[in-house]
Amino acid sequence: MSYVPNTAAEQQEMLRAVGVETIEDLLKPISPEVRLQRALALPKALPEPDLRRLMLRMSEENADLDHYASFLGAGSYEHIIPSVVPHLYKRSEFYTSYTPYQPEISQGMLQAIYEFQTMICQITGMDVANASMYDGSTAVVEAALLAVGPAGVGDVLVSRALDPQYRATLRTYAWARGFTYREIGLEDGATSLADLEAALTPQTKAVIIQQPNFFGVLEDGRAIERLTHKTSALYVVAITEPASLGVITAPGEYGADIVAGEGQSLGSPLGYGGPALGFFASRDQFVRRLPGRLVGKTVDDRGQEGYVLTLQTREQHIRRERATSNICTNQALLALATTIYLAALGKAGFRELGVQCLRKAHYAHDRIARIAGYRPLFTHPYFDEFAIATPLPPEQLNAALRERGIIGGYDLSADYPELGDAMLFAVTEARTREDIDALVEALEEIAGTANVN
Amino acid sequence: MSTEQLIFERGAPGRRAATLPTLDIPEQPLDSLIPAAYLRAEPAPLPEVSEIEVVRHYTHLSQRNFGVDQGFYPLGSCTMKYNPKINEDMASLPGFARLHPLEHESMTQGALQLLYELEQYLAEISGMRRVTLQPAAGAHGEITGLMIIKAYHESRGEGHRNIVLIPDGAHGTNPASATLAGYTTVELRSDARGGVDVAHLEEVLAAHDGKIAALMMTNPNTLGLFDENIVEIARRVHEAGGQLYYDGANSNAILGITRAGDMGFDVVHFNLHKTCSTPHGGGGPGAGPVGVAEHLVPFLPGPLPAQTEDGYAWEDAGPLSIGRVRANCGNFLVLVRAYTYIRFNGPDGMRHVSESAVLNANYVMRALQADYDLPYDRECMHEFVFSANRQKKRGATALDIAKRLLDFGIHPPTIYFPLVVPEAMMIEPTETETRETLDTFIAVMRQIAQEAAERPELLLEAPHDTVVGRLDQTLAARKPDLRWHTQPVQTLA
Amino acid sequence: MANTDVPDDLKYADTHEWVRVQGDEATIGISEYAQDELGDVVYLDLPWDDAGQRELRIGDHFGDIESVKATSELFIPISGTLLRVNDALKAAPEQVNSDPYGAGWMLVVKLSDPAELAKLMDAAAYAKFLESEGH
Repeated sequence: MSYVPNTAAEQQEMLRAVGVETIEDLLKPISPEVRLQRALALPKALPEPDLRRLMLRMSEENADLDHYASFLGAGSYEHIIPSVVPHLYKRSEFYTSYTPYQPEISQGMLQAIYEFQTMICQITGMDVANASMYDGSTAVVEAALLAVGPAGVGDVLVSRALDPQYRATLRTYAWARGFTYREIGLEDGATSLADLEAALTPQTKAVIIQQPNFFGVLEDGRAIERLTHKTSALYVVAITEPASLGVITAPGEYGADIVAGEGQSLGSPLGYGGPALGFFASRDQFVRRLPGRLVGKTVDDRGQEGYVLTLQTREQHIRRERATSNICTNQALLALATTIYLAALGKAGFRELGVQCLRKAHYAHDRIARIAGYRPLFTHPYFDEFAIATPLPPEQLNAALRERGIIGGYDLSADYPELGDAMLFAVTEARTREDIDALVEALEEIAGTANVN
Repeated sequence: MSTEQLIFERGAPGRRAATLPTLDIPEQPLDSLIPAAYLRAEPAPLPEVSEIEVVRHYTHLSQRNFGVDQGFYPLGSCTMKYNPKINEDMASLPGFARLHPLEHESMTQGALQLLYELEQYLAEISGMRRVTLQPAAGAHGEITGLMIIKAYHESRGEGHRNIVLIPDGAHGTNPASATLAGYTTVELRSDARGGVDVAHLEEVLAAHDGKIAALMMTNPNTLGLFDENIVEIARRVHEAGGQLYYDGANSNAILGITRAGDMGFDVVHFNLHKTCSTPHGGGGPGAGPVGVAEHLVPFLPGPLPAQTEDGYAWEDAGPLSIGRVRANCGNFLVLVRAYTYIRFNGPDGMRHVSESAVLNANYVMRALQADYDLPYDRECMHEFVFSANRQKKRGATALDIAKRLLDFGIHPPTIYFPLVVPEAMMIEPTETETRETLDTFIAVMRQIAQEAAERPELLLEAPHDTVVGRLDQTLAARKPDLRWHTQPVQTLA
Repeated sequence: MANTDVPDDLKYADTHEWVRVQGDEATIGISEYAQDELGDVVYLDLPWDDAGQRELRIGDHFGDIESVKATSELFIPISGTLLRVNDALKAAPEQVNSDPYGAGWMLVVKLSDPAELAKLMDAAAYAKFLESEGH
């Protein structure tokens, strides 16, 4: 079994052409003392049909969302992906190509990325966007790295309502790079303005909030902007649920300097968390400090318009040890998927997406709030996710929901023990009224049964 | 005229493609649900196009793009091998693609098993003890590996070690990653055979005694040459208290033949999008798992997949862990493809991959060495580097040769890298090319060498047959145009 | 062949900046050779807003210059108070290529230590330096 096309006989002829007897003659520089003196201990090769059967079986050991109604969000969201999206981005002219360093034969990908950059600006209200980052968490890290600059020092203030996994990632990079990571506390599930004001100093390089925040709560973006810009700190808004941008005010409108986030919601499968799609947008003034690749429009030697990778002196392959980001490979194919998705939804569809998520989440919220023992944790406005205090430990609730074919909400108790038994429910346009009503019924029943016991 | 309109320039007001589900819940005014101040005043000015327009537009764009499925792609250092179709199918299975990362372990046993087994395969292939699958790409793996090394030194009270040694031929990500990990870099010179200059290494180690944190290296290096002094280099760096970091970009040359662990390395990153055939996707996604030797296991980012009595589970990282390097478990669907590839090939198949890659590279190198300068004339591994110095004297540079190749439907080699070779052309045929394809490439390269000598203007004007000609990079960088802007007069409504 | 036009009336640093002294003021730019090595200049990061309020000491990093494929740091060849920055280069960085000793000037400083001029090369020495460096 092999994807090597040349037969043993052909390889013998090729060896003769090279002027050696055996492949071993070509491997001489690898001395015996470093040679692996045995075969690799890997499972034996499988022909394609056997392999397909094995993989299918393994995949069926997982509870996929075709078989469960899911209310799990917390940074990754199930949205309906129109058929046209995968049909187009899975064309092999796209996915088997490399980074478009040869623009004459890469106009397709380059133009798609230019369209992606434009759409990210359109939905975030920012001036300029790059060609993608690994995921939302690392996009936020890149925002912090941009803010601390080449010296790599200073304070980065981070809302405690930023996704816990993003905060963990930021802490790792802060330690390695040498900048200071400080958390801002919460009040009623939103970033505490008083805490923020007290923490801002001339050493503050960035303030990072999430909108909607990890609890689904809508932060007062303008109030945080006013406080942040009393100093020279950059105002970074992280977005993990970009479907919100269909209906919620864009960060560009309330003065964000950088918008960094996760684009998985927009046309990419959940894929157990990856590949995801980091996006990064900023005001014009930071264009020559952006991390990652940028596509620009120019003209060719025949006077035609065309696209190229540009402003490359920012990047690691030119700036090397003076670079402020080391990203090379990015998530171009997912950026393409998002571009096609946003084109397919279009101006009206993208707004309708936001509206549907918002309405369905509020319907679910109000119904759950009416069940005895369940109580909304916060009073702030929210988008498509909300936190509920539960009468039972979330782990117990979720186990009972699973038996009913429902994937429940995210258990908040590990990341936010101060909230007690609490669960974060996400409701997108992919949930039907039937799904929501079944959830409500199940929550009621599980709590009721437990009370009887 | 072959300019393709932008999607924004297509369509008409009111058109749309995708539809959303029928809203099946009672509708209330939006501002009764959330205060109007939070609502977007104007919808984002996205395109207004019908489905047929979306399909035609992106199909046209795909036709203006060149991938491995269209033709030969000997782009050095990038390992542009064939991307098997079954990998794509497996990554699209609903049980993998439609899986939420935060689902309960009991609901994701298949995914956990796959990750657990893939970790074991990669550990075996690299000769390492354990592997984290979190990093999304090679450069992400590099900084993860360097952070592990940093945490290790700190745990031993040697946090003052602040220098990372990097050979002069290294990928640009190496020094950039070192800087981001808080290190200072010192460059190592190459010797006359293209390897690390051991005498210079000794000097540098002595000059920075007690300060050496690590040496980062690829082997085979970016010249496609296996460093014969690797055992000696490893010994000296270890004696100086440093760790050895293996940049796995060139692993396609050594599968089943030698392993980073056997050479003395402590940390290794993989580029699964190179070595394990997962597609490059026009720039990404990739996956950059990082393997470590026994003494570095406690510093790995967590969680890690584990096998327990009750099945598979996530195991939290211990107190010495560097922490997360991203959200969730990594580029899972890329890992599914890599897993599929390894299971398809098996142990003998993996070795056959590398042997064939080495043979193909030597076959092309020997066939063309009379026509192009070969700065290091010895057996190459999976790739090799020519210099276009001879052609440049006649007026055609490596760039011109690259552009001329486009006229023949061949993707050019990597040019002007590594920096240590002037007019460098780095050629990596990979193992998945037929002898006929290699022979065609050889014939074309000979023809271009002849053209460079006799009619260099043909190269200077190239490419002749592409949808656009050479693009003005200077204009693009001087007056950046990075997005389309709505033309206010353009609306028809 | 590299362009090695080296005017006689200027002083030069080994990092390829030139200095033109008039009274107690010095104008600073980069040499013909340096611009030729860089290729088409696309962008300059100069201390645009610091005129009148910044002391520069010999050897200080005062900005960056970028071409399509390279980026280079700029170092001040002589100490002084920053008086003026060539704002025209914001919109027209190509003047560094087309007229490096004229319209491509970058800064004017008020000399704080004219004795430092002795540390710089005259035209003949710089021309020799370019040759000896194998340029």
